[in-house]
Amino acid sequence: MALLETRELSAFYGDFQALFGISMAFEAGDTVAVIGANGAGKSTLLKTICGLVATRPDAVVFDGRPIGGLRAAQIMQLGIAMTPEGRKLFPSLTVEENLLIGADRRKGSGYWRLETVYELFPGLEARRTAAATALSGGQQQMVAIGRALMSNPRLLLCDEISLGLAPVVIKDIYAAMPAIRAQGTTVVIVEQDIVQALAVANRVYCLQEGRVTLQGAPAELSREAIHEAYFGH
Amino acid sequence: MASGIDIVLQGVLLGGLYGLFAAGLSLIFGVMRLVNLAHGDLIVLAAFAILALVNGLGWPLPLAVVVAAAAMFVVGYVLQYVVLNRTLGRDILPPLLLTFGLSIFIQNGLLEAFTADSRRLSAGDLETASIALGGGLAVGVVPLLTFATAVAVIVALNQIFYRTAMGRAFRAVSDDPVTAQLMGIDNRRLFALAMGIAMVVATIAALFLGIRANFDPSIGPARLIFAFEAVIIGGLGSLWGTLAGGIVLGVAQTVGASISPEWQLLAGHLAFLAVLLVRPRGFFPRAID
Repeated sequence: MALLETRELSAFYGDFQALFGISMAFEAGDTVAVIGANGAGKSTLLKTICGLVATRPDAVVFDGRPIGGLRAAQIMQLGIAMTPEGRKLFPSLTVEENLLIGADRRKGSGYWRLETVYELFPGLEARRTAAATALSGGQQQMVAIGRALMSNPRLLLCDEISLGLAPVVIKDIYAAMPAIRAQGTTVVIVEQDIVQALAVANRVYCLQEGRVTLQGAPAELSREAIHEAYFGH
Repeated sequence: MASGIDIVLQGVLLGGLYGLFAAGLSLIFGVMRLVNLAHGDLIVLAAFAILALVNGLGWPLPLAVVVAAAAMFVVGYVLQYVVLNRTLGRDILPPLLLTFGLSIFIQNGLLEAFTADSRRLSAGDLETASIALGGGLAVGVVPLLTFATAVAVIVALNQIFYRTAMGRAFRAVSDDPVTAQLMGIDNRRLFALAMGIAMVVATIAALFLGIRANFDPSIGPARLIFAFEAVIIGGLGSLWGTLAGGIVLGVAQTVGASISPEWQLLAGHLAFLAVLLVRPRGFFPRAID
């Protein structure tokens, strides 16, 4: 059984329908890339899974349990952590407090705690008492990922973690992925940067205008097929 | 000269009371951007609660204050969880309307239950006790206790805010309520907790309000004005700033009163306007907002 399934998931912002019957299955241990152009519905998909956008209960099934439409706080406590687009660190909190708050409501029984997050992202410990927003963009992104890891999630959702960062910094951040997967965490990466996403994923979904236009293992998909699924005709 | 120092000293101590009025208001605005127009009436409600326990059940004052504080915590928690949480959102009008209605409701409820008579809390000999400072100066024990309590309350609130996981959650929700939910924080419960704590502070304020002067069901809105002015002078989001704002207000009032009794309240409001002119965001606004 898949760790998380979306079944004919639709999502709306008021009258505007952003997702049309999305069906996906993430197996435990998978690293899934969800790619697509701006406005394809990638972020909406993640927001629906983590409870920020409402949907019908059985549209999202986590570990056999319908969780669609639960409150975001409840979903987090079940073991789904989100690294939101734009990092969204808490400016009033220090770097360390930003990490700690990730573990306040769920610690899980896993590997990730302050020490291991500092090991994963070595630059952070020296800045632990700094205001989170005083850090460089890359380090802020590391804090955002660390904050999500602190709850030892079973499913980690990463929304545009390379957005606005220099290529060399993006490389540093993606270098953390093997260590995260090594703990058995299922990772869903939403990216506009296709190359980066395909390099780490073992499964890819391409979205276009709220619908899945392509899915499969990265090795099986041709450049042309991805290009067409991404941009349409 | 001595009388000048005396006036300022009394004003500073009076500022402690205004700081207590304002601390609860500052706390809930800081956490959930809620402007509680019933804050003054909730303080008066707490004063009547203490009064009822002392006069009605014959309890000693300290016990009555502790029990009233616990009861007001529950009142605040339930009020926020059941009612006020529903009004929070992008539109700031619904909570204003609701707390305005609550203010009228509390005033009239108290009028029914306790009549319009002026009441006060009795602290025995403490009320008239004073400490001589030499040079013809003396301070009352009650004003001194009020000020010391205000400082203690703000120290305690700062400890909660900056040293506990609950305080971390308060600051996070204040920064970004949506992302806070992604941390597993249930905003509704956290807001209710903040209102509960604010009502405990309101009960402490009520104690000193009731010992210092008479109160009746109608005086809430005036306390609210003082509390608002203290919060704005101090700068939104800073608890120490709120105490400083209370002190500015208290000193302005006692200086005004020394010129002419009619000037007491007006001088306070003028000081408030003067601060707004010079520092529109108050003295210690929170850096990030």
